[in-house]
Amino acid sequence: MVKINLLKAGLVGLSLCVAGTAMAKPVKVGMITTLSGGGSGLGIDVRDGFMLAVKQAGNKDLEVVIEDDARKPGLAVQIADKMIQSEKVDILTGIIWSNLAMAVVPSAVAQGKIYISPNAGPSQLAGKGCHPNYFNASFQNDNLPEAMGAYATKTGVKSTFIMAPNYPAGKDVLNGFKRFYKGKLSSEVYTKLGQTDYAAEIAQIRASKAESVFVFLPGGMGIAFMKQYAQSGVDIPVMGPAFSFDQGILKAVGPVAVGVKNTSHWSKDLKFPANKAFVESFQAEYGRLPSLYAVQGFDTASLILSAMKTADVKDTDAFRAAIKKADFDSPRGKLKFGNNQHLIQTIYVREVVKEGDIYTNKLEGIALENHQDAYASQCKM
Amino acid sequence: MTSVLFIEQLLNGLQFGVMLFLMAAGLTLVFGVMGLINLAHGALYMVGAYACATVANYTGSFWLGLVASLVAAAVAGAVVEILVIRRLYKRDHLDQVLATFALILIFSEGTRWLFGSFPLFLNVPDILSGPIELPGGLLYPLYRFALIIIGCLVAIGLYLLIAKTRLGIRIRAGESDREMIAALGVDIRLLYTIVFALGAALAGFAGGLVGALQSVQVGMGEPVLILAFVVIVIGGIGSIKGALIGAILVGMVDTMGRFLLPSFFQLFMNNSDATSVGSALASMSIYILMALVLVVKPKGLFPAHG
Repeated sequence: MVKINLLKAGLVGLSLCVAGTAMAKPVKVGMITTLSGGGSGLGIDVRDGFMLAVKQAGNKDLEVVIEDDARKPGLAVQIADKMIQSEKVDILTGIIWSNLAMAVVPSAVAQGKIYISPNAGPSQLAGKGCHPNYFNASFQNDNLPEAMGAYATKTGVKSTFIMAPNYPAGKDVLNGFKRFYKGKLSSEVYTKLGQTDYAAEIAQIRASKAESVFVFLPGGMGIAFMKQYAQSGVDIPVMGPAFSFDQGILKAVGPVAVGVKNTSHWSKDLKFPANKAFVESFQAEYGRLPSLYAVQGFDTASLILSAMKTADVKDTDAFRAAIKKADFDSPRGKLKFGNNQHLIQTIYVREVVKEGDIYTNKLEGIALENHQDAYASQCKM
Repeated sequence: MTSVLFIEQLLNGLQFGVMLFLMAAGLTLVFGVMGLINLAHGALYMVGAYACATVANYTGSFWLGLVASLVAAAVAGAVVEILVIRRLYKRDHLDQVLATFALILIFSEGTRWLFGSFPLFLNVPDILSGPIELPGGLLYPLYRFALIIIGCLVAIGLYLLIAKTRLGIRIRAGESDREMIAALGVDIRLLYTIVFALGAALAGFAGGLVGALQSVQVGMGEPVLILAFVVIVIGGIGSIKGALIGAILVGMVDTMGRFLLPSFFQLFMNNSDATSVGSALASMSIYILMALVLVVKPKGLFPAHG
């Protein structure tokens, strides 16, 4: 267990000496994230982004407890119970995967805890299952594929071969793409979750003669697919949501991803001053380029820190209102929450390029401006 | 559906099969000769892939990386055999499973500690990259084609080793009666270490070869390990010939299932349902095959011990 105590009891006494000002109220945050096993790169980025914001703020009243869920729903639930019952945290955050979020979030918010999602955005929590205590600082699962669909339509792609793993998020993603894509679907293929060999699917792509290929294959699956695709000699352009083409993955895929278009709610070359500062400080602190997961972690911490300036966490209503204001400059510009407390944000198109020796993404344009998720209208808030 | 696509899928199935054979051969040898269930076989596959990626990135030569994958996995195998496995031969299978499962965890966390959580870069060597044109206008990735050839060569080499050499005679004798060959003066401890290292080297070699096509990451060995177990159960535990036939069967059934089942269901269902039912059934296909084989031949297709 990693435990970072930013609060020393003595400091509370110190703040009492400052007469006339409001007494600073400590906030304890429990972070449950994936730090080992498959997909730990995502959790590590979220944690590092979060801790960067905490470090920069230097706010001694914020205490963070971090634990590893190893991508296991059962373990995540146990940790959440422990954090709520014995650690007495005020706010929970950190979960990467939608299936883990669905196991933890509904019960945590029902127990009066605030939960801010730094990654997972299952549709259930955006629509009918929305909750005043649940905030999403990342995206709703359908957002990025919707933007890719819109972009494909706008650029006149006539037929697309679409593929995703056969699990709920994979289906959400393909549905999101189909919602905004007006061209012809030449084929729709579901692969096994965690599949490592795509020869059979690539042969079908070759035979389909589609104009483009849309894939959602996060983590190692995307690495395997891109390498095999490059070897196959099929030259149909690939596109997909940013998850398959983010910094950690590009390092392993290298040249074969160059030229791939992907949609993201963040890019390292967005022209906001806060973004420039974030990218530089992240690189200085950790010696690598940040990913979109790092930004989401950073913004999650910034939301908490900004709310702490004006509200007391024990006054849940006031604290929630302060979070919803999002009174700070994010690397993604000013954040704006919709009625279901998911972000209304611009989704960009990026292209994978080589800059010096590093493979990274370059901003290409806007796919959907101030986009709100499709489930907001089902949320009664 | 064109015949070109069908032939391409057959080649894909064959390629998948021969790579599975490299994994399964070591597993079945170790089980056949020593009676040991080795769950850590997948970890040795990962060791091979990491060694190949590291050396290939450092020297710029994929081939040196491949040599490194063989050596690293063989050494890791020998060390593990001497330190841990040797104490397990007389224990029952549950103890072996527990101990080798612990080895998986040690290898995984050790690799993460050394190399970090992000996947490593390893790509196909330039000379084998891109597609080649086969007769009939079929474009096929050259690297996969090379894998088929390498896999077949290894199978032939292994056959010659087992059938024609003194070491092979000892291995076969060890399979039939280990007390007797010990009594005949064969150093059984050394023989076991050699067989284990040989199996490990094959797994590491497969890891290096396949790593160039897939993601070199912690935990990459376990999904392959499960398939390798299916292969040796189908082929008959302890039999190299069974491992070869089983691996190609599994490779074919899995590839063709993924390819044909969704289109089969499209004949009488709507598109979206057909693809999800078809792909769900495709991922079960090899286990259904295993169940069917076990019903007909409970000891597998080519049982080593009658």
